[in-house]
Amino acid sequence: MSARSNTAGWLYVSPLVAVLIPFFLVPIVVVLVASFLEHDGYGGMIAHFTLENYKDLFTSELTLRLYLGTIKFALLTWIGTLLIGFWIAYFLVFHVRNQLLAIGLFLLCTVPFWTSNIIRMISWIPLLGKQGLVNSVLMSTGVIDRPLAFLLFSDFAVVTAYIHQLTIFMIVPLFNSMSRIDKRTIEAARDAGASRFEIVRYIVLPMSRTGIALGSIFVLSIVMGDFFVVKVMSGGGSASIVSALFEDISVLQYPPAAASAVVLLVVVVIMIAAILRTVDIRKELGR
Amino acid sequence: MAIEKGDIELAGVYKRFGDFTAVDGVNLRIPDGAYCCFLGPSGCGKTTILRMIAGHEDPTGGEILIGGQNVVGLPPVARRTAMMFQSYALFPHLSVRDNVAFALRVRGMSRADRYRVADAMLERVRITELANRLPGQLSGGQQQRVALARAAITEPKVLLLDEPLSALDEQLRIQMRTELRRMQRDLGITFVHVTHTQLEAIALADVVVVMEKGKIRQAARARDVYARPRDRYVAEFLGGQNVFRCRVESVNGRSVVVSGVDMSGIEVPVEAPGRIASGQNVDLAIRRDDIRLHRTPPSQGADWNSIGARIQAIEYQGAFVKVIMENVGDTEFVVYVPEREFFEEPFEVGESVVASWHAERALLLA
Repeated sequence: MSARSNTAGWLYVSPLVAVLIPFFLVPIVVVLVASFLEHDGYGGMIAHFTLENYKDLFTSELTLRLYLGTIKFALLTWIGTLLIGFWIAYFLVFHVRNQLLAIGLFLLCTVPFWTSNIIRMISWIPLLGKQGLVNSVLMSTGVIDRPLAFLLFSDFAVVTAYIHQLTIFMIVPLFNSMSRIDKRTIEAARDAGASRFEIVRYIVLPMSRTGIALGSIFVLSIVMGDFFVVKVMSGGGSASIVSALFEDISVLQYPPAAASAVVLLVVVVIMIAAILRTVDIRKELGR
Repeated sequence: MAIEKGDIELAGVYKRFGDFTAVDGVNLRIPDGAYCCFLGPSGCGKTTILRMIAGHEDPTGGEILIGGQNVVGLPPVARRTAMMFQSYALFPHLSVRDNVAFALRVRGMSRADRYRVADAMLERVRITELANRLPGQLSGGQQQRVALARAAITEPKVLLLDEPLSALDEQLRIQMRTELRRMQRDLGITFVHVTHTQLEAIALADVVVVMEKGKIRQAARARDVYARPRDRYVAEFLGGQNVFRCRVESVNGRSVVVSGVDMSGIEVPVEAPGRIASGQNVDLAIRRDDIRLHRTPPSQGADWNSIGARIQAIEYQGAFVKVIMENVGDTEFVVYVPEREFFEEPFEVGESVVASWHAERALLLA
């Protein structure tokens, strides 16, 4: 009997296993194995175990710079998306009384995603460029007499583009978390004399912790794994972890690329684990 | 006249939500320190009235006075009211102590001070040992005590309770009912309590306000609403009455004679016979426990009335036996017979009996 229930159990998980093994487990194993191989410099890998790739990575000063740079982008983006996303979700859930309107406005937030990532990024150029909209308005009103150079092809531009792209990933879980807050607890807080700000501080914020954690996971892991936005928006002035990795691949040095991919994976997993320690995510997803 | 600090006055209060009139011109005065129950079916506007007194809803028109001051437009804190919400609305992420101390926290009281006050309040509602738990770890009765403590911590003049007992099971409900009354005496403030359970209302309240469709049907002491309902609606909602549709045959002095389906020549005393004319349709109410059942027509005095009836069902209720007769016309006819009396000579289902009552006990409804 136990053999039969075992079989049934395996059958239940088999679809998931059939997806996870070829598309998740196998690639990771391949990358892991490749990271320990030697390379001939012409795209070939020599089946000989070595720690050279990791040694190069950990002894290079560049690695540290790349990680610090990317983590800086990730944190700035995280702060930006959290601030904007929290207030949008808060407004939609608690201040738009008509639920249909709230859902409509929520869908409106997704409109930018109807077009491609590249278009959304390129559209910042006429806005932030030297002769762009922002600079010409500021100059014509006499606020500045020389165009602001930091607006485009700079760290500022990178973070702006990230926030633009990723805020929705903060809004969705926050909207979900806040929708679950019983409106009567808000009234109870008001009844106790709490001001609007105190309600946000003492009730809404702690009760949307899970949403913040989920959104943070999305935003941080996407920024950590991105190179395209950095490349385009910094005008080649900044690099990220993945852009260095991409350089390796384009010169056919697969094992070093694999090694930095593995290190990045470990770092991101540690970040996510740290975030998950602060909340009980299962509570949120399970309900 | 000196106005007491916690008395509430509603003057021509009405509330509309779009086309729907939730509260339709309510006038009421609740004296300071009274326990007042709003009683009615769901959607009768009782909760809306409560929320308007609390300041969570603004009336479309009319005035609400607390302690003689018009409070319309003021926030709850300025009204010195506190509300205990249906299903309590405790803050799930805060401990019991922090829940109770919340109002003090937003008043800027230091942690040590507010915990001292909160602990004293926890002791008052007898849940000191639960201070560090989260609301999710409490039973319904415990949650209710926390909600009560949280509401009472600000020393309000008026405590508003929205269906406070509806989330509890029967036994606990009766226990917490006593507790609420004790707390009200203890605090000495006005309690306004909304419920749809008539037993709860008459057990607790000094003033019972029976509502229907946004209007007050009767506001009086518990005993008056139960024993002297003003109309058919109140009588049927409170229960315990048989309400027969009748026609006035004749008016003579201090009493009238009415007749209805299966009954005739029934004499009913009235206080103001001048307002009743023969031929008029009236409702006749007789309490279920004021009716006696006999196998043969009894030889009682002229001031006793009787009608014939057939027993349809018998339900044992413990202290009394509920004898359900066949309907008289379209109204149900129920008699409560004291338990001991019933079992001296038990009646059987299907038996034909004579039901009689003293004329003084019958009541003509408006």
